[in-house]
Amino acid sequence: MNAPVPAIAMRGVWTRYKETVIHKDLDLTVAPGDVLGLVGGSGSGKTTLLREMLGLLRPARGTIELFGQDLDDPDPLAQRAVRRRLGMLFQHGALFSALSVFDNIAFPLRELKCLDEAWIRQLVHLKLAMVELEPRHGRLMPAELSGGMVKRVALARAIALEPELLLLDEPTAGLDPDRSDNFVRLIKQLQRELGFSVVMVTHDLDTLAGLSNKVAVLADQHIVASGPLLDIMSVDHPFIRNFFCCERGLAALQQAHN
Amino acid sequence: MSPGPVLQLKDGCAVLSGTWTLAALVPRLAVLQGDLAAAAAGAASWDLTAVSHLDSAAATLLWRTWGGAHPASLAASEAQRHILDRVAALPPEAPPPVRPRRSPVTLLGRVVLRILHNLYGLVALFGQLLLDGLHLARHPGEIPWKEFSANLYKAGAQALPVSALVGFLIGITISYLSALQLKTFGADLFIVNILGISIIRELGPVLVAVLVAGRSGSAMTAQIGVMRVTEEIDALATMGISRTVRIILPKVVALTLAMPLLVLWTSAVALVGGMAAAYLQLDLSPGYFIDTLPRAVPVANLVIGLAKGAVFGFAIALVACHFGLHVRPNTESLSAYTTTAVVTAITTVIVVDALFAVFTRQVGMPQL
Repeated sequence: MNAPVPAIAMRGVWTRYKETVIHKDLDLTVAPGDVLGLVGGSGSGKTTLLREMLGLLRPARGTIELFGQDLDDPDPLAQRAVRRRLGMLFQHGALFSALSVFDNIAFPLRELKCLDEAWIRQLVHLKLAMVELEPRHGRLMPAELSGGMVKRVALARAIALEPELLLLDEPTAGLDPDRSDNFVRLIKQLQRELGFSVVMVTHDLDTLAGLSNKVAVLADQHIVASGPLLDIMSVDHPFIRNFFCCERGLAALQQAHN
Repeated sequence: MSPGPVLQLKDGCAVLSGTWTLAALVPRLAVLQGDLAAAAAGAASWDLTAVSHLDSAAATLLWRTWGGAHPASLAASEAQRHILDRVAALPPEAPPPVRPRRSPVTLLGRVVLRILHNLYGLVALFGQLLLDGLHLARHPGEIPWKEFSANLYKAGAQALPVSALVGFLIGITISYLSALQLKTFGADLFIVNILGISIIRELGPVLVAVLVAGRSGSAMTAQIGVMRVTEEIDALATMGISRTVRIILPKVVALTLAMPLLVLWTSAVALVGGMAAAYLQLDLSPGYFIDTLPRAVPVANLVIGLAKGAVFGFAIALVACHFGLHVRPNTESLSAYTTTAVVTAITTVIVVDALFAVFTRQVGMPQL
């Protein structure tokens, strides 16, 4: 048996925006079950990288494979099959504002077009319970939700199809520390239970330390270091020194270890 | 690739193996559901230990197959039991709330109430604009000149080409059709009267109003609606800037001013179109046309046309802004309110036009 097919394999990726080169010969591999935190300065192209993994953007050069399937594959059915194996949590939720919470979560399930309505209802209530919401919350509209609830509902929608890979864009941005801790705990618990791989972009050290088992640092237009958090911290690079090795970094790490 | 879901019956025991995940289930769902139902009827014990991966969708399917209870004997790993327990712990299905059927009387009442509510909102907005006008008269430094001129340019100047094109074509059409009729009566010369009165007094203003309602009215509703959704209006309010003074008043005043000018322009172009068609169809020289026009169409008609233009512009902008301010923060509401705003604006214009026709019926008819 060969090594397991990586969830994501990016090879030699170049991204250009007009004249600016954002990624230069970038390589990144995410093994199944990894929880990878992607960090980097503002404007270093973290979200762009995430959008490339989703296939929303195409790199100028290089290949991106999800579960061994090339994202450039022209077959729309193959494309859809790959998309169904990943879930995305957008920074602001990106809930469909015209649909209720229930319908938002039911949407990807209904799109499969082979589940009956009773089953869908049961699955939606299960997902609501997984993100610690109650069935009555299903009747609310997205505009009536608080920031923390929007994130939970968005997470429930992202895991509706039981994805093997979950992409998170700033999962705890805009949440207060208490809710942010809760949300991290929730994602961690779901990850353990459902066993999906995670790629997340974050600025928040608490989130990074609390959730990820690997860290990739995006700087100078490519991944300068990738590996377990403690190994990364010993890498000598100006960005890494600035990002981790001040007091708040140590405090966050200490808390995570206790 | 791991093998898909497999179900086997071995001496009264249903043995499951392979991956039982939603993605793996979907391709052969119909067959599997049938097999599972048959197994549930025949087998008393279930063995899940050979299943490599069980997700909550598959767990839900099993749970449904078992009729909402654990089977008599179940062999499963700790993790699988945990997933099944999650499904089992779901609160029992609450029946969806039944929506009471409404009688036609209630529905009619609702419509009437909504119309009254909107009328109230329009009157309140109008009152607020009057108060703002008084305030600005006393504090001329606060007049939003920049917004006003931007709106005048967007709703007026940028509408010139399209209104000219539409006006010209309508002028040609009416002139051509009337000429065919007039020719049979030998009343060719009356084409000037017909075109002059109908375009200047009626068609010009209404045509422009419909165009502007679709063009500027919808844009106003959508813009104010999005500003509400993105909380930009609240941001203005927190800076102590009145939303009516800064957003609504410039739009209403600009459109009230731009519309008569657009009416004048469109009517003129429509008359040129009519003149051209009359020349081609009836051999009526443009010189004669221009010479006769002031005699055939008393100047009161022009005044009525321009006054209509101003009133229509005011009504369109007021309706558009009113609906824009009531957009709720979702995409559905935005589109619904934009549609409602345009439809209401055009309806209002037609109603106002009818009122104009009734109250000015003695005015502006040529003496024969």
